[in-house]
Amino acid sequence: MSLHMKTFHNGTSFSRADIPMPDNDSFFQEILDAITAGWRVCSYFGVPNAAGATLYCILSARAGDGTLGVIATSVGRSFPSLAALCPQLHLFEREIAEQCLVRPEGHPWFKPVRFQKPLCEGKGFWSESDGGGLLPAVMDFYRVEGDEVHEVAVGPVHAGIIEPGHFRFQCHGEEVFHLEIALGFQHRGIERALIGAPTNRTMHMMETIAGDTTIGHGQAYCMNMESLGGIFASPRAETVRGIALELERLANHTGDLGAIAGDVGYLPTASFCGRIRGDFLNMTALLCGSRFGRGLLKPGGIGFDCDAALVDELHKRLQSAREDLAGAVKLLWDTPSVMARLEDTGIVSEIDARQIGLVGPAARACGLNRDVRRDHPFGIFRMSQIPVVTATTCDVAARTLLRWLEAERSLDFIDEQVRHLPRGGYCNQPKGVAADRCSVSLTEGWRGEICHVALTDDRGRFERYKIVDPSFHNWNGLGLALRNQQISDFPLCNKSFNLSYCGFDL
Amino acid sequence: MTNSTLINCCIHILLALFMPPLLLGVIGKTKAAFAGRVGAPFLQPYFDIIRLLQKGTVFSTTTSWVFRAGPIVALATAAVAALLIPFGAHPSPISFEGDMILYAYLFALGRFFTMAAALDTGSSFEGMGSAREATYSCLAEPTLFFALITLSRLSGSYSLNGMLSNVSSGAWLYAGASLLLLIGGMFIVLLAENCRIPFDDPNTHLELTMIHEVMVLDHSGPAFAIIQYAASLKLFVLGAFFVQLALPFATGHPYLDWGVFIATMLLLAIVIGIVESVMARLRLVRVPQLLVAATILAAFSTLLVIR
Repeated sequence: MSLHMKTFHNGTSFSRADIPMPDNDSFFQEILDAITAGWRVCSYFGVPNAAGATLYCILSARAGDGTLGVIATSVGRSFPSLAALCPQLHLFEREIAEQCLVRPEGHPWFKPVRFQKPLCEGKGFWSESDGGGLLPAVMDFYRVEGDEVHEVAVGPVHAGIIEPGHFRFQCHGEEVFHLEIALGFQHRGIERALIGAPTNRTMHMMETIAGDTTIGHGQAYCMNMESLGGIFASPRAETVRGIALELERLANHTGDLGAIAGDVGYLPTASFCGRIRGDFLNMTALLCGSRFGRGLLKPGGIGFDCDAALVDELHKRLQSAREDLAGAVKLLWDTPSVMARLEDTGIVSEIDARQIGLVGPAARACGLNRDVRRDHPFGIFRMSQIPVVTATTCDVAARTLLRWLEAERSLDFIDEQVRHLPRGGYCNQPKGVAADRCSVSLTEGWRGEICHVALTDDRGRFERYKIVDPSFHNWNGLGLALRNQQISDFPLCNKSFNLSYCGFDL
Repeated sequence: MTNSTLINCCIHILLALFMPPLLLGVIGKTKAAFAGRVGAPFLQPYFDIIRLLQKGTVFSTTTSWVFRAGPIVALATAAVAALLIPFGAHPSPISFEGDMILYAYLFALGRFFTMAAALDTGSSFEGMGSAREATYSCLAEPTLFFALITLSRLSGSYSLNGMLSNVSSGAWLYAGASLLLLIGGMFIVLLAENCRIPFDDPNTHLELTMIHEVMVLDHSGPAFAIIQYAASLKLFVLGAFFVQLALPFATGHPYLDWGVFIATMLLLAIVIGIVESVMARLRLVRVPQLLVAATILAAFSTLLVIR
């Protein structure tokens, strides 16, 4: 295969003039060829202009050489849809239609994504309510016809305290034929607000893209700012960032293990993990004063240095948290009634997972060996690797087991890093942002691959800052996991994915 | 009516009125202990009921009188059943030949109205909950009847008083195998009828997995307090039946017997709490299998006494 796209490595920037801009046919053929050759799409977005939009596609090579590719093209009011051939593109194409008002011709599932206002002037493709704008979840849902088929609508207001989302099930008795998910209730207009950035507020907006992934998104933004400013974070800062990222993973994985246990009604693990999650959050608070890591990361380094006493304390707390977590999780594997609930529930086949482009633990539980920390190493992970764990059963049990195994690897990693914390400064001064450049950063948040793409204009302002949260790739996986499952297993499947609503809604 | 029967009758009614929520408190405390938590106070279920009673009620405009009748009938049937069942060694205030049939179908009546009230809302969740409840109660009913047949065969009586007073340590000696099978089956039914783990999770907030809780989602305020109280009363009444089978201790001293009864009921609550702590909920498709297993246990116990 001859590649026309520009290849580069994670966390680097290049002149926008270097991005190849072939004609439409070559552009779409290139994407198809690359996906056929095993590449996957990290980000695919449009920048609206007067005539239509410029489409940018960021692809990641098969595991091995850490190559990323970028290619772009200009389109008019419509472009050919590839979703039928490459299902992993289908949400991206709908998003382009919604944001840039260009129509993906022949899209098999042409519906709004976030029910947001377009980034440019004009009227959208979907009928709008009287007050102007679309209302979330007001659209035509897929229906299964038949006398014995019934429809169950859940949300956006739920009986528990969770984020808002609307789920539409087509059921036959207790069996789910189809699940359609409508999100967008939490849309805050982050990408629109980032046009013309960076400002002093930008870092704080990045930290709240998904509140539980503060470090993951913050790291991606810092990498972009550093590559655009031509500076590097010191080894000490990179190490602390790595520790914070893994602490975030530990806290969330622990919380999920507890929540999965709670959903099957197994209280001991649910209660223990709830507490241990707090222990991990408090370790992050030890580093920066915020349990969710707010304010820890800064472009150029970290906001707070850590002294020897703090490192000792962290080390001590890690040891005790590790023992507690191991004990709490062992209860799960040792209780047959729990394993009976987890096994063979919510299966997403490896082929489906590959086609819809799952990322993170959800993909690794289906046997897909993909992890940004190894495939496109960034920060401390260039020096110190974390082994990638995969599972093969593709069910809730696999996703549960994977969380525990990843937590173990993260504990080992932090344990090693705190012992050899490099000396040196902890924050370099940022130098401003280079004009007319493109920077792409990928990080492995606890939910999976986070992709931030910055395009700067001639004054060094963001013309477009594209964010892809792992949930954007993975929500369809949840829909597939529910096929032919019991509707009563939905909460369990949902918890095993534990996707972000606000990270998707932006 | 002698003085002592009058006193016993009063104690019976007072216990039935005021003790049921305590069982829920004990179950909650047991589960908290297993989870390493302090847990809510023993009296929390009472506080909850009082709090709900002080609130206003919202009735959906799409519902009819059936929706309002649901909680009331559920409470009324449980209360009448409480008068039919002997508490420990003390006979029940109301007793007649064949009252066991009334006992069994009082629960069916209460359940019917709860399900009808749920269907009255037209909500798809509540419809699913009613469907599940109907399926599982159909499967639980034969167990109860096999149990009643076995007991009436052993005692030669058709009233609950006669049947249960006959079960004593002596009965365990000559019909132990049969009674053992029976309490196995009845314990499963006790958990299923009262929507405890492994059948249903009374603490869940996940509307798609619930059975009993989803049927009462639309009730609020005092109506919901009645439902909570009726549910605890049902647990108490079925629990009283079960402890008399499983732990038929009698001292002969009337006041000591009341103490024994209260102690065995609290013990039962602790056992339920332990069961809920050490196992997860069953997958819903597995529930009928366990209920059928309970029926088979009860059927074999009947076979053993019919010689």
